[in-house]
Amino acid sequence: MHSYTDLLIVGAQIGGLQWVDMLVQLFFFLVLLALLKKFAWGPLMNMMEKREQYVANEIEEAEKSRADAEKASKEAAEQLNQVRAEAQKMIEDAKAAGSKQEEQIIAAAKKEAERLKEAAQADIQNEKERAIQALQDKVASLSVLIASKVIEKELTEQDQEKLINEYIKEVGEER
Amino acid sequence: MDHESPIVHDVFGIPGADLNLANLLMTVIVSLIVFVFCVWGSKKLQMKPTGIQNFMEWAVEFVKGIIKDNMDWKTGRLFLPLGLTLIFYILVSNLVGVATVGVVGHDLWWKSPTADPVMTLTLSVMVILLTHYYGIKIRGTKAYLKTFVSPVPLMLPFKIVEEFTNTLTLGLRLFGNIYAGEILLGLLIGLATSSVFGFFGAAIPTLAWMGFKLFIGTIQVYVFVMLTMVYMSHKVSEDH
Repeated sequence: MHSYTDLLIVGAQIGGLQWVDMLVQLFFFLVLLALLKKFAWGPLMNMMEKREQYVANEIEEAEKSRADAEKASKEAAEQLNQVRAEAQKMIEDAKAAGSKQEEQIIAAAKKEAERLKEAAQADIQNEKERAIQALQDKVASLSVLIASKVIEKELTEQDQEKLINEYIKEVGEER
Repeated sequence: MDHESPIVHDVFGIPGADLNLANLLMTVIVSLIVFVFCVWGSKKLQMKPTGIQNFMEWAVEFVKGIIKDNMDWKTGRLFLPLGLTLIFYILVSNLVGVATVGVVGHDLWWKSPTADPVMTLTLSVMVILLTHYYGIKIRGTKAYLKTFVSPVPLMLPFKIVEEFTNTLTLGLRLFGNIYAGEILLGLLIGLATSSVFGFFGAAIPTLAWMGFKLFIGTIQVYVFVMLTMVYMSHKVSEDH
């Protein structure tokens, strides 16, 4: 077992301060640092920051649009309610107007009917009066005629009666 | 069978300038892997993430979470690239040593760069220096110096010592975990290659240990980045 300890690294010299090694490594490390900063970490960090900003923006936008949408829906609901109330009012108005008109129409019809009735009655009265007048006129003239005829003829009682009857008959036929 | 690190002494003729070529190789490889993966992962970015982009964004969120635990995001976002690069770099460093260890001749070439204290201490020193730099830059020199003597001036020596211990523990914690993992893995592989019985005896523990090493590797990445941000917040935040 003892011989193996010499085998690999253990045997290799680790002592000694090789300061050239230090300089070489320092040089390489710093060059690596500079190159990676330029070609790897810089772009990476930029991209990540860009994405962070992008996400923040998107969230902001989303919140804003959500608020807008809420506002719009509230407005729409309000408008809908308003429209509904208006419609209700319109229907009620129409109903009221309808019933009022109905009453008016009925009243007008009644009035008209009354008027027609009155007119008809007046007409009838007129006709009646005119008829009576005409009859009276006729009776008067006939009476005069009869009287004159009676006087003219100086008839016998028999004849007179006969004549009167004849004339009455005549009058009756004439009418 | 001694394995050595492929060390080049006196680079460019400068005395004392030693370079471990294995570390150089692994640093380059790990950097390349991390660079290619991350650039590929964030190549086609879209608003609607798919596939690899999800993973990359998850990683960003993860580091963001660590930073937000320690300081406010306004100052913390400055350290996001640092945290992300650290996490990927150390994670890949830890993981390249889990799968395999490569030896050429007597030299150990392929290993976790984080299994070398020099490498981890480099990272921790860099982090601590950055905390001081940003402490001065963000809050001003006066406030920065005041952190050393608050709540009481008696704390000054402890605060100064703390900076060094922070550096050491941050680096050596990572190194110790990964190095110990590689040692045990090395022992198990040595046992497996010794004989037929050894192979069957070591197969299951090796698998188990590899899994555990994977787990340790990721946990240590988290710990390293977390502590980095904790130290950073001590320097840059007002209320600490």
